[in-house]
Amino acid sequence: MVSFQLDDEQRMIRDTVADFAKNELRPAARKCDEEGTIPEELVRKAWDLGLVRNAIPESFGGFGAERSVFQGVLVAEELAWGDLSIALHVMAPALFALPVLEMGTGEQKSEHLPRFCADEFAAATMAVVEPSMSFDPASMTTRADPDGGDYVLNGRKCLVPLGSQAETFLVFAVTARGAGYAGVDGFIVPRKTTGLKKREREKNMGLKALDTIELELKECRVPRNNRLGGDGGCNFLKLMNYSRIALTAAAVGVARAAFEYSRDYAKERVAFGEPIASRQAIAFMLAEMAIEIDAARLLAWEAAWKMDRGEDVSRQAYLAKRYSADMVMKTTDRAVQILGGHGYIREHPVEMWLRNGRGFAAFEGLCMV
Amino acid sequence: MIDFELSPRIRNMRNLIHQFAANSVRPVARDYDEREHEKPADLIKMVHGMTKGAGFSGMSRKEGKEEEGKPSERTLMGAVLAEEMTWGDAGITLSLPGPGLGGAAIQTAGTPEQKERFLDRFGGDKPVWGAMAITEPNAGSDTAAITTTAVRDGDEWVLNGEKIFVTAGKSAIVDSDGIVVVWATVDRSAGRAGIKPFVVEKGTPGMTLTKVENKLGIRASDTCSITFEDCRIPCDNILGSPEVVDKTRTEGFKKVMATFDATRPLVAAMAIGVGRAALDFLFDCFEKEGIEIRYGLNPNKLSGLERDVMDMETNLNAARLLTWRACWMLDNRMSNTLEAAMAKAKAGLAVTLITQKAIEIMGPLGYSRKLLLEKWMRDAKINDIFEGTGQIQMLIVARRVLDFTRAQLK
Repeated sequence: MVSFQLDDEQRMIRDTVADFAKNELRPAARKCDEEGTIPEELVRKAWDLGLVRNAIPESFGGFGAERSVFQGVLVAEELAWGDLSIALHVMAPALFALPVLEMGTGEQKSEHLPRFCADEFAAATMAVVEPSMSFDPASMTTRADPDGGDYVLNGRKCLVPLGSQAETFLVFAVTARGAGYAGVDGFIVPRKTTGLKKREREKNMGLKALDTIELELKECRVPRNNRLGGDGGCNFLKLMNYSRIALTAAAVGVARAAFEYSRDYAKERVAFGEPIASRQAIAFMLAEMAIEIDAARLLAWEAAWKMDRGEDVSRQAYLAKRYSADMVMKTTDRAVQILGGHGYIREHPVEMWLRNGRGFAAFEGLCMV
Repeated sequence: MIDFELSPRIRNMRNLIHQFAANSVRPVARDYDEREHEKPADLIKMVHGMTKGAGFSGMSRKEGKEEEGKPSERTLMGAVLAEEMTWGDAGITLSLPGPGLGGAAIQTAGTPEQKERFLDRFGGDKPVWGAMAITEPNAGSDTAAITTTAVRDGDEWVLNGEKIFVTAGKSAIVDSDGIVVVWATVDRSAGRAGIKPFVVEKGTPGMTLTKVENKLGIRASDTCSITFEDCRIPCDNILGSPEVVDKTRTEGFKKVMATFDATRPLVAAMAIGVGRAALDFLFDCFEKEGIEIRYGLNPNKLSGLERDVMDMETNLNAARLLTWRACWMLDNRMSNTLEAAMAKAKAGLAVTLITQKAIEIMGPLGYSRKLLLEKWMRDAKINDIFEGTGQIQMLIVARRVLDFTRAQLK
């Protein structure tokens, strides 16, 4: 029976994260963006929420909660509402931990998962995106070729979150050419592996507080056992589904931040003797923003709910992410427009949200629920 | 608990209605579009037998009555079935008998005695239609500008004025023993507070059908003008209180306007049905032509066609989710004015654009009346107009999200 009602636990988690985003992320966002770093103290506080640890079984030191994509979607929206850079930073370890948890071999799990249950923030990440105009995960160019007991990786990655600090990377590369998603596998690559070259920190339009790097893999050799899921490999498409749903929710969070800010501004800013929100030109922009934000959120919710039920949501997750990338671009642009000249000034956060929002069209595998 | 799966009861009903829409409605859709003003008598008989007068959107009415006070699925059921029906044909859907908007107003604002007196007729042997008359030549969305008057004279109200764009007007007052809910002012100086709904039964002297409109689409449905000249009705045919106690208080008006909270999601669902018809048709054609829509690719690799189709598909799904949410809220007794307006704004516009785009995609074939695409585009457009235009919906959404009054946002 259809219901749009969050249960008590979902509400509690959402509210807790929303409070955290409001009290910790939002006040720090601008300074982080300007300085290009996120204070360790803040990362630590976010880590203490236990968002990654939550879904890891007790046998590895986790809390053993049932993994819920839906819950993840609620969390991603709220964190991104607080600040996208910080949100992606604190969620980055999940990019490594969740695939290992779901698709890793027993050995991979026991080797890597305990780290994510410790009190210290465990810097780990995933490398999916490649520096190409028409990149898509189904036709990446980074290759992994078997050679004796090893795999040899060659290629380039970019937009690797947490790249400078990560101790381990989950690098995705093609093992079977022409097979699309099915031909892609993940490889656990420790930081110090020979042939793994970390380029300097990227300078992006937005996400300025987030440490992202370009990664070069040149004859980078890892043992066969480091292939995610062992010889059976992993389900890369499913991982992209998790990621696309998470990105949809994050886009909704950014858009909602921009909507709320510009709505409040429009109610206060007086021109020609009345608040600018009293003019349909402004009010209708806000109405459309509100509708599109809800629409994108419901798309994320439906896809997440289906995924939790074990349905294949590849088409839906792709469409939802595509829709939300457009939506967040339009919404953040409208927000800047509503603030007019003030929107262009860095004293207000809307220009930052516009810069962050523009990225979603290119993002793949930047967060995961 | 979040759930996007329809209950077995709605699913079963949907399957049933889908079969009906596919086997009985779709095949005659073109025919009744061309034979404008002619009603599909066989289908009307069949539907009347099936729904026992509740109309397709009120099929669960009886069940809803039994569960008074508890959450129901009535609105959602209505929306799901409306989508299936308009997937078959929107014009025919609108031509089917039932209490319609007038009945909805009586349900919302009528006394138990009035409900019995006016609504029982819909369960009889013969099909009966209900209609609602709000719009006037000079009063559309601006209902406060209504000039039709109701003057109390002894035990009666005397109505005078002209109403236009009355859906199923002819069906209600010429073709059957139906009713029309007429909105008239009892005190012009009171503005919205003075506007009251009155029930006028078929055959009341002074009520005349003056015109049946020729329209862009939904041609199987009659849209009429009705004039009232010293039309006398019993004094207890007014819905709600006759008093204008305080000219600033418009609760009564608002109560009947709340009818729209239930009907707007249904209109959104009707739009979605037409949009889905067009999209289903396109996908069938792609399959025959061997055209594959490649999901999962970088946008740069997608063809224009693929981009368009993906936009259409996602917009339709988003509109449906917004619509279901608005229905669910009403069924669970939550105020849904904002969400109903969001759903209708989104669905009305999205489907207008989807059907237009579908014709473009099919090229000369799409423009031909051999296919139903051009008809679907004509039919779709009404959903962005009636029950409040898209712009009125945006105004409602804007006022709600801004927490602005009518005076603060005109």
